[in-house]
Amino acid sequence: MASPFLSNTTISFSSSLSSSHLPRLLPSISFSPIRFKSNPRRILIVRSKIREIFMPALSSTMTEGKIVSWVKSEGDKLSKGESVVVVESDKADMDVETFYDGILAAIVVGEGETAPVGAAIGILAETEDEIAEAKAKAASKSGASTPSAPPPSPAPAATSTLAPPKPAPAPAPAPVAEGPRKTVATPHAKKLAKQHKVDIESVVGTGPYGRITPADIEAAAGIAPSKTNVGPAVVVETTPAAPPKATAAAAAPSSLPPPVPGSTVVPFTTMQAAVSKNMVESLSVPTFRVGYPVTTDALDALYAKVKPKGVTMTALLAKAAAMALAQHPVVNASCKDGKSFTYNSNINIAVAVAINGGLITPVLQDADKLDLYLLSQKWKELVEKARAKQLQPQEYNSAGTFTLSNLGMFGVDRFDAILPPGQGAIMAVGASKPTVVADADGFFSVKNKMLVNVTADHRIVYGADLAAFLQTFSKIVENPESLTL
Amino acid sequence: MHSALSSLSFSQATTVPRSNYAFDSHSPAFALSQPVNLRFCGLRREAFGFSSLTQSCSGRVRVSSRGHSKKISASAVGNGTPPKSFDYDLIIIGAGVGGHGAALHAVEKGLKTAIIEGDVVGGTCVNRGCVPSKALLAVSGRMRELQSEHHMKAFGLQVSAAGYDRQGVADHANNLASKIRSNLTNSMKALGVDILTGVGTIVGPQKVKYGKVGFPDNIVTAKDIIIATGSVPFVPKGIEVDGKTVITSDHALKLEFVPDWIAIVGSGYIGLEFSDVYTALGSEVTFIEALDQLMPGFDPEIGKLAQRVLINPRKIDYHTGVFATKITPARDGKPVIIELTDAKTKEPKDTLEVDAALIATGRAPFTNGLGLENINVVTQRGFVPVDERMRVIDANGKLVTHLYCIGDANGKMMLAHAASAQGISVVEQVTGRDHMLNHLSIPAACFTHPEISMVGMTEPQAREKAEKEGFEVSVAKTSFKANTKALAENEGEGLAKLIYRPDNGEILGVHIFGLHAADLIHEASNAIALGTRIQDIKFAVHAHPTLSEVLDELFKSAKVKAPSSSSPVSEPVAV
Repeated sequence: MASPFLSNTTISFSSSLSSSHLPRLLPSISFSPIRFKSNPRRILIVRSKIREIFMPALSSTMTEGKIVSWVKSEGDKLSKGESVVVVESDKADMDVETFYDGILAAIVVGEGETAPVGAAIGILAETEDEIAEAKAKAASKSGASTPSAPPPSPAPAATSTLAPPKPAPAPAPAPVAEGPRKTVATPHAKKLAKQHKVDIESVVGTGPYGRITPADIEAAAGIAPSKTNVGPAVVVETTPAAPPKATAAAAAPSSLPPPVPGSTVVPFTTMQAAVSKNMVESLSVPTFRVGYPVTTDALDALYAKVKPKGVTMTALLAKAAAMALAQHPVVNASCKDGKSFTYNSNINIAVAVAINGGLITPVLQDADKLDLYLLSQKWKELVEKARAKQLQPQEYNSAGTFTLSNLGMFGVDRFDAILPPGQGAIMAVGASKPTVVADADGFFSVKNKMLVNVTADHRIVYGADLAAFLQTFSKIVENPESLTL
Repeated sequence: MHSALSSLSFSQATTVPRSNYAFDSHSPAFALSQPVNLRFCGLRREAFGFSSLTQSCSGRVRVSSRGHSKKISASAVGNGTPPKSFDYDLIIIGAGVGGHGAALHAVEKGLKTAIIEGDVVGGTCVNRGCVPSKALLAVSGRMRELQSEHHMKAFGLQVSAAGYDRQGVADHANNLASKIRSNLTNSMKALGVDILTGVGTIVGPQKVKYGKVGFPDNIVTAKDIIIATGSVPFVPKGIEVDGKTVITSDHALKLEFVPDWIAIVGSGYIGLEFSDVYTALGSEVTFIEALDQLMPGFDPEIGKLAQRVLINPRKIDYHTGVFATKITPARDGKPVIIELTDAKTKEPKDTLEVDAALIATGRAPFTNGLGLENINVVTQRGFVPVDERMRVIDANGKLVTHLYCIGDANGKMMLAHAASAQGISVVEQVTGRDHMLNHLSIPAACFTHPEISMVGMTEPQAREKAEKEGFEVSVAKTSFKANTKALAENEGEGLAKLIYRPDNGEILGVHIFGLHAADLIHEASNAIALGTRIQDIKFAVHAHPTLSEVLDELFKSAKVKAPSSSSPVSEPVAV
């Protein structure tokens, strides 16, 4: 039953419109062969092989048109009647079709740009051999308006630097690769790769089943993620004294079996790229470190008491740090321009969390004002969101004024942290361990001691400031009743 | 969608026994139609081509005695002999939207009516089709808006981030279906329609048996019988549906999970609507279409524009001109694997690895086990053959008296409202008024964002007809960009297209792509149904500023040679 109708759908669009009574809406234009006035010698070579695509006049009043989008990309094969470009007129967006078969060799006027009616907006080559020549033509046409066009060079060597033209029209799927592993990329990843001119074959996928995700393409293109939920603007790297086993394991995607013996190159994911960028940036800040032993027996006792109510050690430490910061605002300050102190009105504690393949720092806002239980609840939500990659920007972004990093659960006794750009100080917390201590009277006893090590920006925080802050912090931890108030 | 259906083997839909059908293990369903499944081709051809049959059947014998409800023992009447008096005036097999529409109209006409339903009242539309899908699309529309930073900024609005709770979304769809289902049930009960529960089977002329599994069958007789058993999702062979990672619309509407990447087989209404839902909820989509272009069945120009707005800028890619010849669900740590075969060369073309696959290749009629063999009716690929008055045609090409078939089961136009309209038309006929439904006046809509709607012929269809019959065709278009209300909503993307005869002003087809297109189409469909000409309707007044002015402008921009009728209002009313 379908066949009679189906055949109808193949009726040529242009012919069906030829009897239209609305000439101003005619969405078809004709492409004229290019005329070479200045160089008649070349006529023989290029006669009707390279054609310009002109900005059509879609209405009687139209003097210039805006390119809404190019339906085809450079290198795409075109067949007669196919839409090539969408042009905005004063009434509507119109598809412009080609009347010739060929290859879209060059786009002269890019998306979003405007061109006067009759101006060349693209170049059509008949065969692949003419692409280089067409490109040269396009470059001379466009001048500065197309930064993406390669320098004009009709030499054969230049063609090899161009993206190879696709053998089939755009909708056709790529042929099955004969290699050991087929490249699988998601639809959005493919679109991004095309947009950013990333060779998808060179990208290593980190998604499920080793597929290439949009984030992989963005990382390969070296751009910040556009609208993904996971896009940490502020991430910190903690560097344990020992080789960072956990981080290394997380950074190397275990889902990828090494294809050849020897080393494997794994491009950064977006998150890893952001970490790398921030770490390099941190080198411009003069930092110093101060360590302090804190007795935690009282804190441990309190923790045992409040743990059934859902309070975590992280929340306790964040609260203690926040209360200490309230008394030492300079440690909560930051140095934005190298000339002044910026005192932050809120105490927002960022806490480093390792997640699969990266590190993110959800922020506990107003940690000094929230009570311990609310803080714990908030923390639990943030961690769940972070693991599900659903953190909202304001929950990890630049809102943090002080960072807390805890590796105590791994048995690390001390480590130092790199100060994330834009903050004044970061605290690295080690494990709490039973330690033999001698008191003033010479009596020995065993107390739980924890080493905390703060890295600070010495442009604004001086040694005495940090020492005083740590002393306050230590007092709060050793007399933790105030934490529950 | 029908493209895949038409090009694949149809034998499956008809040869698989009803009880073994892939989707009815839970439901001996009398499902009804779903608007996402317009079968343009079938409809158009039959709408034009059945006139010879019409004439041969016009002298129809009518049994005048009706309304007696004396119970007759089944054993007293042998099979093949019509009973003398009847339990009911009208029995409808299948309580979907079509059966419901017929039942309500029958009661209005004073007929004693019963409706047989083996599954749940409401059929496909209410339970597994248009109704729950509209709930999901309502969510996706809002998500889309909230996620569009550019759109929000243009309004001066600031939204930090939009998120959703999958279960909450799924519950909304489910609650809506329950509500509409109970509304439907109550409306029939209130009017005195008997709802008989069980699978209905025709055992002879004017005689139906029904009953639940494990219970003795009841036999009832009726003067007239309407088959309205609807359809089920069509699954081409080679595709293994597990209901989890390889699913049909039945499963997808429950929204049990939102995959990162889903392949949608078929780019018709069902596929398009689901692509709208899934991309709004964060999935990436790959379309697999057997024809060379996406969205077959739409007017080509509308399809092109729709592709530019609904496909290209979204996280969607597509493979056209290929069949999904084998789909294996995700298992043993492997993703869903789809083997693609070139539609023309039949050569294997590619393999896809995705997280889920939605089969939206159309719908197959649900007519096995109806007992059609008892009255010498042979289905065509599962569809019950009918004439243009929905009268069932038997194996010898003769009309079966007192038996009608409406909705998806006859395949004329697989839309819920078409089924209902056909049911009403049948009731009109059995109560003494000849009535023939003009299928070209039935609108169809696809509820993407923005929506697509249409009525009548596409431009290629109109031109083909014009060439055959020797008349001229013109096309008028207006853009939503010129509409004040659309611009106020920042939704200027859209096109309305009118295909008409310039000589007499007849509307041949109207196609709309744009904000609220599904609601706008009715001005055009009513005009077609009532025979209103462009030169007359262009004087009708539209409130300003409204989207309806898109159609106002469309009618006004048409160049009709015929003069308008003297005055549409015979007696002017002074105000």
